[in-house]
Amino acid sequence: MSDHSSLMPRRREMHPEPYWTDYKTSLTRSPNLPLLSMESTVSEETGPRFGHNLLGSLDNNLILNYSQGKELAIGERIRVHGCVLDETGRGVPHTLVEIWQANAGGRYRHVKDTYFAPLDPNFGGCGRTITDENGFYEFMTIRPGAYPWPNRANDWRPMHIHFSIFGHAFGQRLISQMYFQGDPLIDLCPIAATVRDRSQLDALVAPLDIQQSRGMDYLAYKFDIVLRGRRQTMFENKPEGM
Amino acid sequence: MVQKLTQWTETASQTAGPYVHIGCIPTFAGIEGVYPEDLGLSPISIAAKGQVITITGSLFDGTGWAIRDAMIESWQADGAGLYAGQVGADPNVSGFCRFAADKDTGEFILKTIKPGPVKNRDGKMMAPHISLWIVARGINIGLSTRVYFDDEDNSADPLLVRIEQGPRVDSLIAKKTAAWQYRFDIRLQGQGETVFLDL
Ligand SMILES: [Fe+2]
Repeated sequence: MSDHSSLMPRRREMHPEPYWTDYKTSLTRSPNLPLLSMESTVSEETGPRFGHNLLGSLDNNLILNYSQGKELAIGERIRVHGCVLDETGRGVPHTLVEIWQANAGGRYRHVKDTYFAPLDPNFGGCGRTITDENGFYEFMTIRPGAYPWPNRANDWRPMHIHFSIFGHAFGQRLISQMYFQGDPLIDLCPIAATVRDRSQLDALVAPLDIQQSRGMDYLAYKFDIVLRGRRQTMFENKPEGM
Repeated sequence: MVQKLTQWTETASQTAGPYVHIGCIPTFAGIEGVYPEDLGLSPISIAAKGQVITITGSLFDGTGWAIRDAMIESWQADGAGLYAGQVGADPNVSGFCRFAADKDTGEFILKTIKPGPVKNRDGKMMAPHISLWIVARGINIGLSTRVYFDDEDNSADPLLVRIEQGPRVDSLIAKKTAAWQYRFDIRLQGQGETVFLDL
């Protein structure tokens, strides 16, 4: 109801397994002991807010933002758009969405990425935007390439874009990845496989949205994101034990 | 049959991967000029009311190695226990910070003000604490924990009292090392494992 009711508990079974044998790094970075589960408190029900004045005009255009509008990044031009909503189905307005991705050849602009696909001098790989009053967002970018990674001897990441979303409460904080419809590497990827519920994995795959595509310009992909909701009740703000 | 519950399911998390810094703190990652500065450089501005403190620590994996590629976010109340956005909160405390471990030492540093005790919805007071959210390669869903302080009265904190094994409470308590300086190490797995939260 208000911003002062508790968050719905996280349905952990709908999230990845923290410890997943085929994703080797997870073996030493996942807690052995159970999480301490409690109802959310004010500390999780509040969170940072960011205003639209944070944004520069090219922040959500990864084709142009690294060269500051001077040159175009190389790759298949795509528009990624969608709605950020919560578990009650309502749009989450004015919330920060950040993305990062590899370039068209599957290479990140990062000192630790040593894959020999070339860097694109006009592609940085990060972007951000803030949802509008209805929760909608959009980015212009290029389709990232698939890339090999050191895990098992021949593992490849499907084409993907990393997403970071805030919501309005620190307890809603979420980082995930968007995959592309039809990519055969999704079903071979041990990171995608950490999500055990098939419909939850399907929900990470953005469909081609031909109606929102523009001839001679870009293809569109639609990716909606659902954050934790709040219980909708007036019965919570009461003295303890009542 | 019954009426359908019209509910959505939260989008599944995926690991932030090894390049999370590109997306969240690009300048730190060497990508300059896209944004004027990285988001969440400091949770306070100069005029923030309260005692400035420094928290130093490392994030250890199950082998005891201090990992270098995580990103940590902190969220805290102001010196009077109010969060940004709440009525009367200190306008000089955003309460939000992003930081990463130093690539050579593996240590992170959070410079902030000591938060005040926070009143929860039920009127109960929580001892001063800072919430942390940790993401990295190999972490499939972000890990939440809290930093409490060893020079505060934590005995009635509603979260700490829920931890059954007394010694595990210590994993959430920053240790004073000098005036206004604290040490807070996080252990992802194994011996001395940090208590991670689901709330
Ligand atoms: Fe990636």
